[in-house]
Amino acid sequence: MGDEAAFVELVGRYGALMLQVARLYVPTRSVAEEVVQEAWLGVVKGIDRFEGRSSFKTWLLRILTNIAKTRGAREGRSVPFSALAQAELGAAEASVDPDSFIPRGERWASYWSSAPPRFDDLPEVRLMSAETVAVARDVIEALPEAQRTVITMRDMAGFAPEDVCEALDLSEGNQRVLLHRARSKVRRALEQHFEEADA
Amino acid sequence: MAAELTCKELVELVTEYLDGALSLDELERFEEHLVYCAPCVTHVEQMRDTIRLVGAVREEDLDPVVADELLAAFRGWREDTA
Repeated sequence: MGDEAAFVELVGRYGALMLQVARLYVPTRSVAEEVVQEAWLGVVKGIDRFEGRSSFKTWLLRILTNIAKTRGAREGRSVPFSALAQAELGAAEASVDPDSFIPRGERWASYWSSAPPRFDDLPEVRLMSAETVAVARDVIEALPEAQRTVITMRDMAGFAPEDVCEALDLSEGNQRVLLHRARSKVRRALEQHFEEADA
Repeated sequence: MAAELTCKELVELVTEYLDGALSLDELERFEEHLVYCAPCVTHVEQMRDTIRLVGAVREEDLDPVVADELLAAFRGWREDTA
């Protein structure tokens, strides 16, 4: 890869994303920036060995997370990710408030007791407004760390489930439970946001 | 044939459904439920909207100083190997 223009384009496309992922492993932004820099050099040096068996994005993530994990361990990350994930997975969590369903013992138990409030039918400009995106961002920031990490990688950065499992040493099932809990909380916050806005 | 899915069960399976991770039997029960349950159709639609919204949260931009450092490192590497 001798082409500077190609390098600049790749950094432009993936730089911010890499920084975001690196931040998940190391304590400070400046260390994350060093990790990203080291990863890019790894990319430049290794591009001739990239055979296109995986997508470029997957390959990039592997290089990045290898460096970030090593660095995170050296910087003394207090709790390993697997322990955080286990702690969050330990307790049961309902995706929807259980009071939204008809109680046990009654006819139609566990079906909706009334139709859930709509927001999916809003005009696209309102649904996808900067204000709504800010609501989503705020909820994500406040999520327990393992859930925040998984939703960031899956839904913000757009990595495939298998890439996320590998990067975080998670089983496919646990990865999905964390993602589902995170998404469910964002959905609930959106529902509440639109209810309050329309009240 | 297994029992019908309830709404309360369905809402726990949406991510598996969207990831294509349900077993064939579960998938059948899931989709059958959606045929007659409009509120669950709404719920699944809201989960899809949620995913799109999260995708629209902007990533922090790379600091221009860091981007310049990267470029300098790239040039340095090229000179070394030239």
